[in-house]
Amino acid sequence: MDIIVCIKQVPDTTEVRINPETNTLIREGVPSIVNPFDENAVEAALQLKELHGGKVTVVTMGPPQAAEALKTTIAMGADEVVLVSDRAFAGSDTWATSYTLSQAIKKLGKFDLILCGKQAIDGDTAQVGPGIAEWLNIPQVTFASKIEVNGSTAKIERLLEEVNEVVECPLPAVVTVVKQINEPRLPSLKGLMRAKKAEVKTLNATEIEGDPKNMGLNGSPTSVVRIFTPPAKGGGEVLSGEANEVVTKLLDKLKERKII
Amino acid sequence: MSIKIIAEKCTGCTLCVKSCPFAAIKMVERKAVIDLDTCTLCGACVESCKFNAIDLKKELGGADADLSHFKGVWVFAEQREGKIQSVAYELLSEGKKLAGVLKTELCAVLCGDQNIEEELDHLFDYGADKVYLLIHPELKHYHTAPYTRAIAEAITKYKPEIMLLGATTMGRDLAARLAIRVGAGLTADCTGLDIDPIKKILLQTRPAFGGNIMATIQAPRHRPQMSTVRPKVFKKIKVAAPKKGEVIRFSPVINAEDLLVKLLEIVADESVKVNLSEAEIIVSGGRGLQEAKNFKLIEELAAILGGAVGASRATVDAGWISAHHQVGQTGKTVSPKLYIACGIAGKIQHLAGMQSSDTIVAINKDPDAPIFKVATYGIVGDLFEYVPLLTRQIKELRG
Repeated sequence: MDIIVCIKQVPDTTEVRINPETNTLIREGVPSIVNPFDENAVEAALQLKELHGGKVTVVTMGPPQAAEALKTTIAMGADEVVLVSDRAFAGSDTWATSYTLSQAIKKLGKFDLILCGKQAIDGDTAQVGPGIAEWLNIPQVTFASKIEVNGSTAKIERLLEEVNEVVECPLPAVVTVVKQINEPRLPSLKGLMRAKKAEVKTLNATEIEGDPKNMGLNGSPTSVVRIFTPPAKGGGEVLSGEANEVVTKLLDKLKERKII
Repeated sequence: MSIKIIAEKCTGCTLCVKSCPFAAIKMVERKAVIDLDTCTLCGACVESCKFNAIDLKKELGGADADLSHFKGVWVFAEQREGKIQSVAYELLSEGKKLAGVLKTELCAVLCGDQNIEEELDHLFDYGADKVYLLIHPELKHYHTAPYTRAIAEAITKYKPEIMLLGATTMGRDLAARLAIRVGAGLTADCTGLDIDPIKKILLQTRPAFGGNIMATIQAPRHRPQMSTVRPKVFKKIKVAAPKKGEVIRFSPVINAEDLLVKLLEIVADESVKVNLSEAEIIVSGGRGLQEAKNFKLIEELAAILGGAVGASRATVDAGWISAHHQVGQTGKTVSPKLYIACGIAGKIQHLAGMQSSDTIVAINKDPDAPIFKVATYGIVGDLFEYVPLLTRQIKELRG
């Protein structure tokens, strides 16, 4: 089966720090990584390929340096990678991004399954996967924690708030995966060698036959008005003393706040 | 969205005329002509046409149109197993304020089978002026495609200016697809909503970069302005004298292609007593619990508080507790009145999932644990001493 995985290169948010003096985000020296949930999507694709044969193609939309993220996935075992990159895509929100990726996917030819991580850790929107499904007019199954493919359908378990839901979905479809689905493999030595030499295919706005109305800033209904650092939590209070006393103090505080 | 007949390709076969559930297509001089006032852009004709002569395009809504046609604040009244979820009432309460500023009406959109009518009055209790009731047997349980089809039809017909949904698995799955279908801007997982006093547009504030920064987002040129909103951020408030407002019933058209995904089974998780996202109080355990059986301490404290049991990723990965309990970027984002973190260090991914809680209590042996930076009240000590003590004192308090 032919599987397409959509990934995003993101700043490692665990490394993002706030400058206490200026109260702004320190971006310098923050490493770029493959969005962790997308690594699960790549792993899920590789496992399905091991079972059913076929090809895994990884696609990303981003600036030229996003090629590095694609190479990481080659090192994991992806067969082909495609970088969708053009200045015309700058300023894309999830509307424009899902359109652009869907146009690129149309150019890649036949596919049985598209996998994405449930969301990216920088924007946390979880909107691009379903967006791609809508543009391609195929079913979507989000928050998948298990995928089994039987011929032209997939049996998918979804991790919801209180329960898991098992659905059957015809292919092709877009499936977004949660962390719990698997443990992504580390790149192999052979993979790293392959990644070094691998060619990253690039598609630009003309090549994907994108409608300028739907791309970049033009195709993005949302825009950022303002960015700010969240107000500090007003410096917490550490309760100290003998254990019984501390607990009584805490309960008094909670009573004051009308919580209990 | 827009639709047009490509005249060169149309053979005049009339298949589309028969396929249209709204009788919006006529033949004029042996070519199909669509009456755009009657058409709901449902797409049934596109599928029926064997000659690819019908072009249905998604377009950003209202970009060049007169935005004043779009009126009303809509709230998606999420229901599960026939019960409207708390987040819908929270959104109605917040939507009431927005509608007040805009001097427009507050409407709820409720989908379900005919039994869902029983829930109707609750929506008026929380301030809805009007309810759009979308009834169809295929809307009993949530599935992406039929819900998207039904609500897109309602949006295209009645043109709301704002549409709010809960940032639940259902709301996020639906909103993401719906926004593309109707050509709307969508902002995910908002924790603040406001109206710009001059431009009268929705200002949507949300955390990004793992909660390290906040961003305020607008969608000034497109309608509706859509947001998913984090549960428990807004309080649900019953209105003093609820009025039963207008109920607009309609049966949406759902196509065969909307029913491709089939529900096989729902796997219940016995360990979930209270839903994390809906809980007012959450007691969470982390690696400090040392082993699976010690979650009992957390469960006891949660039970006496009537709260839900949460967990850090480490404990879920270790197999001590199921993933339905996981709080954080990988698990759920929660915002309860009270969050008690026991033996949780507070990695940024965990903090991103709980730092918008009203009051945070942290119990941890390590005084330098990052959890203390977000805690309202910190106890530096052994959870094995403090958690049972807390349970006991609350028990005594309640007699």
